[in-house]
Amino acid sequence: MTHSAPAAIREAAPAPPRRRARRSWTGWGFLAPFMAVFALVFLAPIAYSIYLSLFRNQLVGGNAFVGIENYQRTLADPVFWSALSRVAIFLAIQVPIMLGISLFVALAIDSGRLYGRNAFRITIFMPYAVPAVVAALMWGFMYGTRFGLIGNINEAFGVSVPNPLSPDFVLGAIGNIVTWEFVGYNMLIFYSALRVIPRTLYEAAEIDGAGQWRIIQAIKLPAIRGALVIATIFSIIGSFQLFNEPQILQSLAPNAITTNFTPNMLAYSLSFSGQQYNASATVAIIMGVITMVIAYAVQLRGMRKEV
Amino acid sequence: MATALRPARPTAGTPRRTGRGYSVDRPRRSPLLTVLTGIVLIYSLVPLVWLFVNSTKTQESLFNSFGLWFSGEFALWDNIATTLTYDGGVFVRWLGNTLLYVVVGAGGATLLAILGGYALAKFTFPGKRAVFAVVIGAVAVPGTALAVPTFLMFSQMGITNTPWSVIIPSLISPFGLYLMWTFAAEAIPTELMEAARVDGASEWRTFWQISLPLLAPGIVTVLLFTMVATWNNYFLPLIMLRDPDWYPLTLGLNAWNAQAATAGGEAIFHLVITASLLTILPLIAAFLLLQRYWQSGLAAGSVKE
Repeated sequence: MTHSAPAAIREAAPAPPRRRARRSWTGWGFLAPFMAVFALVFLAPIAYSIYLSLFRNQLVGGNAFVGIENYQRTLADPVFWSALSRVAIFLAIQVPIMLGISLFVALAIDSGRLYGRNAFRITIFMPYAVPAVVAALMWGFMYGTRFGLIGNINEAFGVSVPNPLSPDFVLGAIGNIVTWEFVGYNMLIFYSALRVIPRTLYEAAEIDGAGQWRIIQAIKLPAIRGALVIATIFSIIGSFQLFNEPQILQSLAPNAITTNFTPNMLAYSLSFSGQQYNASATVAIIMGVITMVIAYAVQLRGMRKEV
Repeated sequence: MATALRPARPTAGTPRRTGRGYSVDRPRRSPLLTVLTGIVLIYSLVPLVWLFVNSTKTQESLFNSFGLWFSGEFALWDNIATTLTYDGGVFVRWLGNTLLYVVVGAGGATLLAILGGYALAKFTFPGKRAVFAVVIGAVAVPGTALAVPTFLMFSQMGITNTPWSVIIPSLISPFGLYLMWTFAAEAIPTELMEAARVDGASEWRTFWQISLPLLAPGIVTVLLFTMVATWNNYFLPLIMLRDPDWYPLTLGLNAWNAQAATAGGEAIFHLVITASLLTILPLIAAFLLLQRYWQSGLAAGSVKE
């Protein structure tokens, strides 16, 4: 569900058409259906969410306006902070590793130096087609020390590899699943951007005596900065939304993964186990604001370098 | 695997060879780089191999055999038959539900994205900048911020626990809108549209007869990505649906897996694994069969600056 929102469209907006199109209302005729549904499933829920976060549901008297009290309460809640710091650690470690691998593979395939590069591209992309549910189930089985691959390894070599589903390692185990799911997707984004670079630039650089590293640093990386920024922002949004993988692994690792493991799981359990819709909406709004601020900062930084 | 695959963009105009026999287009192959990238390939492949290997095992040999090799009797066909008939054929029902959500949801999302992307790419109209800002701002809001209030809204409208509660939110794909928009800007020459108008074609006819055919690679790309999003969706149906009769495959799989953990529940790991395999095969097949189209669509329409 994550990694699909183009938060940085501005970065990669298409060039304006050479000839000025006619300014009229005609465009609205084509855009109206999208905007109507968009208003229903994006704008209305956001507005409703903000409304909910400002009220408290009382047994007597129904909804009462409480201003920012829900926000104060959430921000003072250690459960919220531990969930938030967990995804922050996840973000700081998993995203650079994943994007680093993706970039390496994209550059390797684009360089034309691989044997059988088409097989690489399509195979490494394949996990993207696998639902998070299946990915988490597969890896969950493989992680098993009893009958999974870890168990096989321990048996075969007489060692005891630590249990990936123990509290100390479970965040890394989840990071591995998310990395597996999205390395190929990000690789493809980078690769598509690399293909757009005019090949003649490389010829010119080679004539000037530039090596492969120099070409990567001076031509390829600057040229795909937009794609790098977009992929980073997708990944940040994805990390803050972390839900599917830990929620599914929960049945395998109930001791390591609590129902408040990530902010998203906290919001889910508040509303669907606790009926605390106001608190849930507040968590969601706070996470939305944090995500937007960080995504915006990344975008600004990415653009500043371009100048 | 795919000899038909060509680079998404032709590299016309560059000389094919230099005096040494190698050039930017035909560089020397590197075994070392191939091996390093091969590690990532193996990493991507191992879980899928594991899934296939283990879907051929009985539940018994699942527990006491090496995970990455075949063992015991070859039980794949038995497993598939049991998966399809277990619990009154509920898997087939879930498959049907998923197909419904994908056809209506992803199909509708693609249609809305085509129309909207076309409008953004080819027309200037009052409020265009505002639309842009609103769409961008909204997609940065995380899923939970939307899921809970959407559930409450739908609950008041009385459509939770119905297919509509899954289909309606699936109709919006900001990523699809963006892809279509950048693709349409590239693929449709404005001169062609103006020529059609001069000839007296209505806007709708111009769109239908001139623009739509040019958008085909972009449409395939958007359709595939919205299909994946809908087929793989878990969070939204988890919130919206209570009745297992309306579950998509993802929710059903998780229910089967959780069954082992509930008191008195039957452990059916071999069915979970076989059902997982059956769940991913259609999407992998679609990506493989249509790769030439969606890869060119992605390259032409996506992250261009």
